[in-house]
Amino acid sequence: MFELLGIPPQALFGQLLLGLINGAFYAMLSLGLAVIFGMLNVINFTHGAQYMMGAFAAWLMLTQLDIPFWAALVLSPLIVGLFGIVLEKVMLKRIYHLDHLYGFLLTFGLALIIEGLFQWKWGSSGAPYPSPIPGGTNLGFMFLPTYRGFVVVAALVICLATWYGIERTKFGAYLRAATENPTLVRAFGINVPRLITLTYGLGVGLAALAGVLAAPIQQVSALMGVNLVLVVFAVVVIGGMGSIMGSIVTGFGLGLVEGLTKVFYPPASNTVIFVVMALVLLIKPAGLFGQTK
Amino acid sequence: MTTQRTVTLVLLAAALVAPWFAYPVFLMTALCFALFACAFNLLLGYVGLMSFGHAMFFGMAGYFYGHVVKAWNMPPELGLLAGVAGAAALGLVTGALAIRRQGIYFAMITLAFAQMVYFFCVQAPFTHGEDGLQGIPRKALLGGLIPTKDDRVLYYVVLAIFLFGYAAIYRFIHSPFGQVLKAIRDNEQRAVSLGYEADRYKLLAFVLSAALAGLAGATKAMVLQFATLTDVSAAMSGEVVLMALVGGLGTIIGPVVGAFIIITMQNYLAAAGEFVLVIQGVIFVVIVMAFRKGLVGELADWWKSRRRAG
Repeated sequence: MFELLGIPPQALFGQLLLGLINGAFYAMLSLGLAVIFGMLNVINFTHGAQYMMGAFAAWLMLTQLDIPFWAALVLSPLIVGLFGIVLEKVMLKRIYHLDHLYGFLLTFGLALIIEGLFQWKWGSSGAPYPSPIPGGTNLGFMFLPTYRGFVVVAALVICLATWYGIERTKFGAYLRAATENPTLVRAFGINVPRLITLTYGLGVGLAALAGVLAAPIQQVSALMGVNLVLVVFAVVVIGGMGSIMGSIVTGFGLGLVEGLTKVFYPPASNTVIFVVMALVLLIKPAGLFGQTK
Repeated sequence: MTTQRTVTLVLLAAALVAPWFAYPVFLMTALCFALFACAFNLLLGYVGLMSFGHAMFFGMAGYFYGHVVKAWNMPPELGLLAGVAGAAALGLVTGALAIRRQGIYFAMITLAFAQMVYFFCVQAPFTHGEDGLQGIPRKALLGGLIPTKDDRVLYYVVLAIFLFGYAAIYRFIHSPFGQVLKAIRDNEQRAVSLGYEADRYKLLAFVLSAALAGLAGATKAMVLQFATLTDVSAAMSGEVVLMALVGGLGTIIGPVVGAFIIITMQNYLAAAGEFVLVIQGVIFVVIVMAFRKGLVGELADWWKSRRRAG
């Protein structure tokens, strides 16, 4: 077997796959954040909690109601998305006219409530979720668990579908128009407040979908989204929230960077994304794909 | 403003006799958090910059204090100095990067840097990771002049440190420098067009705020004799935001009130476990939805309208 810079290929490709999977989650979550921010002008701090709710919904469905993974993949985002719509209708809607920081604080408070309640009910130790596609393939240079391969492909499909939905469909065109100039779009007879509500539901559903996909890989636990959302914030700062494609590329790219760091200098693997953020701020403050605004 | 002066005098008198009526360690902890919240509020209330990563200054200063006093066996004054200087240096680096973006991005960037510092503290040998830096000796201050074994004596030291920090913030806000800061908060473009280099002012305010948060963190390590990961965590960054918010942003006394409320609440709810977080979350939501001015802000409004009516 060949070796690369003294690193056995199993370790290298294993970490690269892990990086790609992490990147898939960064991409899906930062995409949702960007879509929500574009429309609502709110940085959704609850995103990590909603991701956790997605995983929990799938786990509860499986253990309490025997609903299989594939059904949960559809049901869970719908349920959590609906929960998001209620949040938007009851609370978020009332603070759009205020400074951005209030949306940030409100959603931070909501995340504390949701995560605290889940932790109180189910504790903070994780519960395992059996892999829906067990087994794997030996590729010669590494072993690929089938489910992990599926997650990468599914995340790519989800990201591209979101991109297509926003950039190439009529609904997406309304969305982009309403982001640019809501008053004018309303004058054309389009119900912008409903569009905003739907967008939030969509973004939240996306987070929940990521949560369901993560359930069989990670332990399902009340705090699974806490650190993740902070990393995703850094991803969003690096990519800039202006471009959908930018979020996807940045998410996957940073996952790979993190994976490579784990191979070559493990102690820095937790911090490398933040270091990249510092560098990007030095060189291109608006973010890799952002416009200065 | 005679009302303001009366209130200040009453509060000061209360602070002087407090250790005979309440547990001194509780009071000292609350004073440290009050200073921390004031330092945070200097940035948000008077420059309009919301740092969601202030725990990095507070927590790191505690580690610096502990390392200097315990591992290097130096006097506590040097420990405090190390805490302040270390926090200021960290503030200079992170602040210079964070002010390159505005608005909500600033909050996300500071949050991300604080998370980076947190991960660093988990791994770095001098912080002792999950165990924390424990058993920092309490040494006499000023070369043995002030013994600190007695909690009440130490209380007056902490009160003096707090008042020093509070007075410093008061001076900043009411100086020409503070006026420029407020101008930048209200209309940055205009301040720039008048010839002020907004970025320099912002950075200086950020470093000052970090240094004072560091003073609070180092003092807390001196009082409680330990420094742990809790103090550098994102939850702590959120807590200080909550304190300032509960008391009232942009009022100088508000964060002090907020800190005392939150610390008292935590003291009583210590047994409630996860529910402390839930309650904190509920307070966040209620304040953002209904009482954005905070306790002191709402009270001041009520007082003003009452006087106008009467």
